[in-house]
Amino acid sequence: MTLLAYGVAVWVFAIGIYGAIVSRNLIHLALCLTVTQSSTYILLLTVGYRHGAGAPIFEDVKLGTAAVDPVVQSLTLTDVVVSVTVIALILALALDVHRQSGSVDPDEISTLNG
Amino acid sequence: MLETIAPLQAATLVLVACAATAVALCLDPLRQIFLSGVYGLLLAVLFVVLQAPDVALSMLVVSAVAYPFIVLIAISRTRRQREKP
Amino acid sequence: MSSRQRLRAWIAAPVLGLLAAILGWGLSGAPGFGHFHGAYGDLLSATAVPQRHSTNVVTAIVFDYRGFDTMGEEFILFASVVGVVLLLRDMREPSGDRDDPVASDAIRLFGVLMVGVVLVVGLWLAAFGLVTPGGGFQGGVIVAGAIVLVFLAAGYRPWRAFGRQSLLDPFEGVGAASYVALGLAALIAGAPFLHNLMGLGTSGTLASGGSMTLLNWAVAVEVAAANLVLYTEFLESYLVPHLDER
Repeated sequence: MTLLAYGVAVWVFAIGIYGAIVSRNLIHLALCLTVTQSSTYILLLTVGYRHGAGAPIFEDVKLGTAAVDPVVQSLTLTDVVVSVTVIALILALALDVHRQSGSVDPDEISTLNG
Repeated sequence: MLETIAPLQAATLVLVACAATAVALCLDPLRQIFLSGVYGLLLAVLFVVLQAPDVALSMLVVSAVAYPFIVLIAISRTRRQREKP
Repeated sequence: MSSRQRLRAWIAAPVLGLLAAILGWGLSGAPGFGHFHGAYGDLLSATAVPQRHSTNVVTAIVFDYRGFDTMGEEFILFASVVGVVLLLRDMREPSGDRDDPVASDAIRLFGVLMVGVVLVVGLWLAAFGLVTPGGGFQGGVIVAGAIVLVFLAAGYRPWRAFGRQSLLDPFEGVGAASYVALGLAALIAGAPFLHNLMGLGTSGTLASGGSMTLLNWAVAVEVAAANLVLYTEFLESYLVPHLDER
């Protein structure tokens, strides 16, 4: 189970980077970067998990019942929302490249002039 | 009851790995954004199974509302100009 | 696949395999799945409710114990949105009245009904973040989605009532600035930065958490406004033709 959990995180990381390397379209590249980013979420949450524990919310639950680690959840939570704007910035760069050179293929963009 | 979640976690992890492979290796961005929506849903299920409801809420919202909107606009803008003579 | 792409794939695959092997070797030192030994998380789970009167420990960490990190995340958000605006906002024609009606009656009816529902759900999630799962981040994105639903359901003209630069930019600035202002207010009062200033209230109700409630709403306003600025920039750059694209 340990092998499966950490192995999935490593596999998702590697396949996202592979998709970005062989990409022929800048928008496809941005979506592969989101896949790589999500592998860090998977890794953080699988590290913090405890067998037989519940969520760290104590609304109707007696204080002192076992809970999974709340610190990694707080890191992941803010990162999920903030990474939308970072990917939007990458897409805006792709749109600007398209406006300047007419294509979104990273191989066909002419080199900088002047 | 919490002790029997282990098969559910294993199944969800395997599904997440398959969906990630599909998203990364799909070359057309329009198909890729639909696959990415499914991938976001599977990730949210994984987060719920790993007892993290806050993270699951934000992942659901982001992958259903934010990403498809901006990526579809980017795709239609680059596609429309390529069709211009 | 072209030959250059095939060469790239053949070089990338073994290198990525090596990276995966190194990552796997590093992770073999991590605790086994389900046997996490973190003492910090246990301590916070035990003391967050009596100390901060917030039954959602994750929200208490985001806005109080790790409030400084949340301020850093807010500024990543702010900086990325500034970058998108700089890239997409220049040299556009002034957007006049563009006729963009929605053809289907069913979409229009259902969409307009759902705008109110989604808005209330977003505000509810943001308000009850200190009691049950939720918080400013999730609620903010849902509120932005509700306002974009106006465009999807009713067309371009009703959307222009909300999606204007002059309306959204101040909200985003106010959201980011009020987070810092709350922290500085604590400094002025003689306590550490972002220290709790108000009474803590009763845990399990809406009036709990002290300063965390205000920080929660500041983050909700900031995230909603930032997302709406993003959507507006993308939409305008798609619908309004660029000056050098004619």
